[in-house]
Amino acid sequence: MNSSVITFPGSNCDRDMDVALKKFGFKNKMVWHDDLELPKSDLVVLPGGFSYGDYLRCGSMASKSKIMQSVLNFAKGGGKVMGICNGFQILVEAGLLPGVLLRNKYLEFICKNIFVKINNKDNSYFKDIKKDILEFHIAHNEGNYFCSKEQLKEIDDNNQIALFYSNKTGIINEDNNPNGSIKNIAGIFNKEKNVLGMMPHPERMIDPVLSGEDGSIFFENLINNLK
Amino acid sequence: MKISVIITLKKDVLDPQGKVIHQTLDGMGFENINEVRQGKYFEISTKENDKKKSEEEVREMCKKLLANLVIENYKIIDSQ
Repeated sequence: MNSSVITFPGSNCDRDMDVALKKFGFKNKMVWHDDLELPKSDLVVLPGGFSYGDYLRCGSMASKSKIMQSVLNFAKGGGKVMGICNGFQILVEAGLLPGVLLRNKYLEFICKNIFVKINNKDNSYFKDIKKDILEFHIAHNEGNYFCSKEQLKEIDDNNQIALFYSNKTGIINEDNNPNGSIKNIAGIFNKEKNVLGMMPHPERMIDPVLSGEDGSIFFENLINNLK
Repeated sequence: MKISVIITLKKDVLDPQGKVIHQTLDGMGFENINEVRQGKYFEISTKENDKKKSEEEVREMCKKLLANLVIENYKIIDSQ
């Protein structure tokens, strides 16, 4: 399986993602934002970080970079594109995912472990995954997912919500909502479910000594689904 | 031409920064405030001398980059 991780000026989780993808069997290539063409890929990842210093709006500048035209075409042809954290912000700014990520409700940068409940397993990202609730890490200032009422209805009707913030037993409520996201949304798909954006970082949960193993479960399952 | 444009949050979008500014002003003794909403202001100096053309170009810039129309509105407030 071939993957590509795109590095924007200010990306800082690109190498972590590279390590994670390689650990679980992907042949990964790093791609510079100024390149025009993507290498042959089964998965394209937009990593976390602070592309362009979060100027104007998080992800807004990166969403207009040269490589993004190829990413848009790849996604429109059904290619799998995953955006983590800043990558999620870039995907919404690029129009590949609906909605927007606002400043966290309590104006704090949040950096901690959280639990997410998988809402939809009928897709290449979560099909056959052996857990319903995963412990991931979040580190963001703008993760407060927002969209209009009409958009929310559409997202819900099309089963586009991928992950909810929850507690470790899967209860989804305001107490388990770290940033004020509508309906506790932590990750969403596009209509076709080939594009996934999520604020949590699975690549930070691939080593039991350093963190946890739920990221390993995610990546192992992902590569099996893509084979 | 120099075009001035403001970007404001749409009515039903939460503005936590505006809220904190409101609370702080309130704490300083400005007790007559109903609400504070924070926005952005841009001055764009263009090579174009035609007012209509410059404004049209700035509107395109707003739609494509300066504003996110899911949450924000834009308004040209001055052209000279």
